[in-house]
Amino acid sequence: METLMFYILSVVTVGSAVFVVLLRRPVYNVLFMILTMIGLAGFFILLRAEFVAMVQLIVYAGAIMVLFLFVIMLLNIDQIRPPVQARDIRWWAGALIAFALFGLILVVIKGIVLPAMETAVVAGQSNTELVAKELFTTYLLPFEIASVLLLAAIIGTVVLIRKQS
Amino acid sequence: MVTLHHYLVVSAALFALGVIGVMIRRNLIVVLMCLELMLNAVNLSFVAFSHYLGSLEGQVFVLFVMVVAAAEVAVGLAIAVAVFRQKGSIDVNDVNLMKW
Amino acid sequence: MIDLVWLIPVFPVIGFLINGLIGRGFPERVIGWIGSLSVGTSFVLAILIFSELLGMDAGSRSREVVVYTWMLSGKLNVPIGFLVDPLSMVMMLVVSGVGFIIHVYSIGYMHGELGFRRFFAYLNLFVFSMLMLVAANNFLLMFVGWEGVGLCSYLLIGYYYEKKSASDAGKKAFVVNRIGDFGFLLGMFLIFTTFGTFSFTEVFAAAPGKLPAGGLLITGITLLLFVGATGKSAQLPLYTWLPDAMEGPTPVSALIHAATMVTAGVYMVSRCSVLYAMAPVSMTVVAVIGGATAFYAATIGITQFDIKRVLAYSTISQLGYMFMACGVGAFASGIFHLMTHAFFKALLFLAAGSVMHALSGELDMRNMGALRKKVPYTHMTYLFGTLAIAGIIPFAGFFSKDEILFYSFERHVGFWILGAVAALMTSFYMFRSVFLTFYGESRVTPEAARHLHESPPIMTVPLMILAFLSLVGGLVGIPIFEGLNRIGDFLKPVFAPAQAIINGAAQQAHAAVSHGAEAHHNVGLELLLMGVSLAVAIAGLLLARRMYITEPSRPDKIIEEWKGVHTLVYNKYWVDELYDFLFVNSIVNFSRFLWKRFDDLVIDGIVNGVAEVTRWFGAGLRRVQSGLVKDYALSILFGVLLVVAYLVLR
Repeated sequence: METLMFYILSVVTVGSAVFVVLLRRPVYNVLFMILTMIGLAGFFILLRAEFVAMVQLIVYAGAIMVLFLFVIMLLNIDQIRPPVQARDIRWWAGALIAFALFGLILVVIKGIVLPAMETAVVAGQSNTELVAKELFTTYLLPFEIASVLLLAAIIGTVVLIRKQS
Repeated sequence: MVTLHHYLVVSAALFALGVIGVMIRRNLIVVLMCLELMLNAVNLSFVAFSHYLGSLEGQVFVLFVMVVAAAEVAVGLAIAVAVFRQKGSIDVNDVNLMKW
Repeated sequence: MIDLVWLIPVFPVIGFLINGLIGRGFPERVIGWIGSLSVGTSFVLAILIFSELLGMDAGSRSREVVVYTWMLSGKLNVPIGFLVDPLSMVMMLVVSGVGFIIHVYSIGYMHGELGFRRFFAYLNLFVFSMLMLVAANNFLLMFVGWEGVGLCSYLLIGYYYEKKSASDAGKKAFVVNRIGDFGFLLGMFLIFTTFGTFSFTEVFAAAPGKLPAGGLLITGITLLLFVGATGKSAQLPLYTWLPDAMEGPTPVSALIHAATMVTAGVYMVSRCSVLYAMAPVSMTVVAVIGGATAFYAATIGITQFDIKRVLAYSTISQLGYMFMACGVGAFASGIFHLMTHAFFKALLFLAAGSVMHALSGELDMRNMGALRKKVPYTHMTYLFGTLAIAGIIPFAGFFSKDEILFYSFERHVGFWILGAVAALMTSFYMFRSVFLTFYGESRVTPEAARHLHESPPIMTVPLMILAFLSLVGGLVGIPIFEGLNRIGDFLKPVFAPAQAIINGAAQQAHAAVSHGAEAHHNVGLELLLMGVSLAVAIAGLLLARRMYITEPSRPDKIIEEWKGVHTLVYNKYWVDELYDFLFVNSIVNFSRFLWKRFDDLVIDGIVNGVAEVTRWFGAGLRRVQSGLVKDYALSILFGVLLVVAYLVLR
């Protein structure tokens, strides 16, 4: 069952990611991106990371992708079709390097040996509770700093978007 | 039986797709999306390791990555909007003022 | 008191610092008196130390005062130390005493000059350097003073630096001195490698035992040191800077010629008397060079019309006497003559300066004449100086010069003949200058005649003091009678070791021809020589009188008859031109070659080439900055790929 789910999710996720990269209309890109996010959330559930899966759905698939969609709609760039340009040296070099990197990563993955260890999920405690405990004890300071980062991003965005009077 | 390696291969595939997207797409918004794809691929690795190592740090990290990603998307899209206002296009190849 | 000897050079340097650093706003008088009194204080201190030295036993009048360790490095130990003995004492007295008088005179002479403060600062530094030179107890510290006087002479000769001839003369003095210094340095290095020390006392004590007398090494050392002396003391062939040195203000000439600078070479040779005594060849060289210079410079002096130039050549000539004295082994006589010469040469220069002052800067004796009544004090003092230098009894020069002639006669009659002829010429040209300047008919230009005036007391009083010293200065060394030659007896302990070496060698030579040692004074001979030299001096006087007072047309006729010789001598044997041709031009041409070919092409080529290559690379590499995000992403990605590949495939 789990194996089956994994393969289905794999096909969905990677397939939609391919569409994200290849399709030419931004709106389609966003929609397939959302599909990828959902697939990833499925992976997270398979991996017993329910909290992260929920955040993935709400924040990524919900908020961030909707933000993309808003920008695309507001700017109406879906209608703008940049002329197709010949694939230049950069295109080939980028693609080649990406594949090379993929190959290298596979080599790395092949070399990973997991230390013998049982998947110890403490019974009786939900994933959310565990993550929360970790987040608000050990990682409290980074957590607060992350909020500062978000504040900075908000301010930066406002400044960038503001119309020059 | 699904092992860690399965997840990592998926993650690697997603990451490579993100890289390709960044390299070959010219639409600034799509490029940003592909960046998100790369981040998500890394997230997948984190969670997979977290699961198979029985440690929660990976998941906590994923949350932080999401924070950074959200901030990045917000600023990136703001830049895209600004560029669009300036140039009337969001082709990254049109933005080349910072040169010799 | 002797332990305070280090204060003697310190006072002038204090004066130098006050005037040089903070004297900007001071009025002239204050600057002048600061400068003068700093030297005067040194003089007073020198007198006090001198009197203490006199109170000591004659044999033990030598003290070393070490103030500070200057350098200590392995074998090399150089202290800042002072050697107080009769020789350095005499020198300190002369330098500070005559220096003080010249300083006071300068207050009047330099009145109203631009750079009055600079002048006094340099003057103080000059005296300081010379005092260091004579008071040092080792060669290296002596060299500091040695270089110091070279520097100060450059600064002061080029005092009127806006004038090209003055700045050229300063450079000439410095460069020629440097040539001599080179020899001195080499000699010093040889001494150090041989003896392992710079200390005078140690070197002189070790020398007789360590080196064979007359050996190659000792001869080399002494000859190299003598090269230094010829540069500093203006002997053949390095004398050319001294006549040009009159480009400086007259007190500077007086200082250079009398108290400081040129006497340094004589002092150094006397100080190293032990070394020279061990090298008979060097002694002969010194004597021959000295005698030749005395003769040679005197011939030039006869023909010159510039009053300061006449005096300059007379200085060279008199220095030649001093070296001749050293060369024949009469070191004490050389120092004695140095002292009397300091009195009358300072006097002559300052008096000449006073004449210039009276005539608004006129130097040519053809434009003087009949000044006797107009500037009585100057005239009297100049006459005193002339009588002293010509060697008329009882003036100072008579005794000292006569002593030198006597010792030269004992050594070899040839030296005596050189000296006597030079003395004749000296007497002649000095009286010639007197007659041309103060007697006969007035040839003064009308506008100069209008301003004609005697100098103020601040200038004439120093002249009178020096005139008095020129009159009585010789009485400290009356030769013939035992016990009256006080300066000789005073200096004797210093030169005793050298004398012993010379006598020893002489005795051996005498023994070889089985001749009885005859070292005692031959009174009869000495009296005879005295008579001869006096006669020679008077002959010079009469000759000059005849040619310039009685028959003023005579000189022109003689010049007409001896036209070729006169032209040669009048142009100073074209030595300057010869040096220019041989050395200066070739060096200038070589430097020009280096500048045009090497510097412009090679050095500049390398530098410009580096810049050009950098620019070229920059022009190529800036293309990388395309401004496209894609390109940057690509390069980042490529870097990532490389790093990962390295980590994975390592």
